[in-house]
Amino acid sequence: MARFKKDKKRELAAMGTGSMADIVFMFLFFFMVISNMRETDVRVKLTMPSATEIQKLEKKSLVATIYIGIPKSPNENTLPPGRVSVQLNDQTVKQENLVGDVRDFIAVEKESRNEEDKNRLTFSIKADRDIQMRYINLIKGELRANNALKINYATTKRERGEYAGGKY
Amino acid sequence: MAKKLPAINTAQMADISFLLLTFFMMTSAINTEQGIPRRLPPPSEEKTQVDINRRNVFNVMVNFNDEILANGEHVPLSQLTSRAKEFLENPLNNPHLPEKELRLIENMGEFPVSKGVLSLTNDQSTSYNMYVQVQNELQRAVNELRDKVSLQFFGKVYDKLDTTLQKAVQRAVPMNISEAPPQNFGKAE
Repeated sequence: MARFKKDKKRELAAMGTGSMADIVFMFLFFFMVISNMRETDVRVKLTMPSATEIQKLEKKSLVATIYIGIPKSPNENTLPPGRVSVQLNDQTVKQENLVGDVRDFIAVEKESRNEEDKNRLTFSIKADRDIQMRYINLIKGELRANNALKINYATTKRERGEYAGGKY
Repeated sequence: MAKKLPAINTAQMADISFLLLTFFMMTSAINTEQGIPRRLPPPSEEKTQVDINRRNVFNVMVNFNDEILANGEHVPLSQLTSRAKEFLENPLNNPHLPEKELRLIENMGEFPVSKGVLSLTNDQSTSYNMYVQVQNELQRAVNELRDKVSLQFFGKVYDKLDTTLQKAVQRAVPMNISEAPPQNFGKAE
């Protein structure tokens, strides 16, 4: 079978790397288009619950996010008894300032939108799935008291029939 | 004779663009603004007591142990959707299930709109996950009923309809969730 013997002298052809840049640029543009800059530094750890009947929020600029989760560092302010933090903008709030801080947060968010967008502003609650409802109820009560009625429970997408986590 | 221009070496271009790519991947978050939208009731000083006939209320209670009581019956989460659907639809006009009111809806004519209200009560110690799952299942019940009505009238599922027709279906199958003030039986963690 000499016919199939390899020609040992032949060298491997050099791979052309010129188009590599084009491919990477393509990736780059793809990521730039589908993503938006992370504007706040999230100071709490959270795993969002998953849901099947979700809706996409219309516009990112019409969403103000309230984070509720487990503090990443022990220096963060927590709500009693000390396991859960609420983050508005870039800071976790102190328990004694909670009412005022939430009111200011809502006022600032509303103020920075024009008249038409004020009514379309949604407050998205991004909370950890394992925390108790008391914290959510607290925030919901404050939102309601300050007339910020459009809210959203941020979740991840899950297909129908998939396990929801937790007990059932 | 023109001088020959030296070729620019493009091998490093890939490195630079990789660097940019990595930077963008690290600083950006893929759009995750999705979830279950809800409307809170407007703030009011005095408690407005609305009289609703008992047959029109589907009481869902979630206790501190994440167990569901639907109209006095212990129901697993997986069955909540079908229970809620059965309640809202009331196909046999059962006198214990909600009343219906004939309403004129554009594009659909007269439609018997259910007067059913889903009432949700949770405990302060209910887990947030369970709360979202219950909201999700109730939403699913309404969505499935809307799909059914859309298919019946327009031959398409609800999501594929035009906005005007979606509005009509929304009026035919309204989403009435009311939340009661939370109970406090469990312990704070």
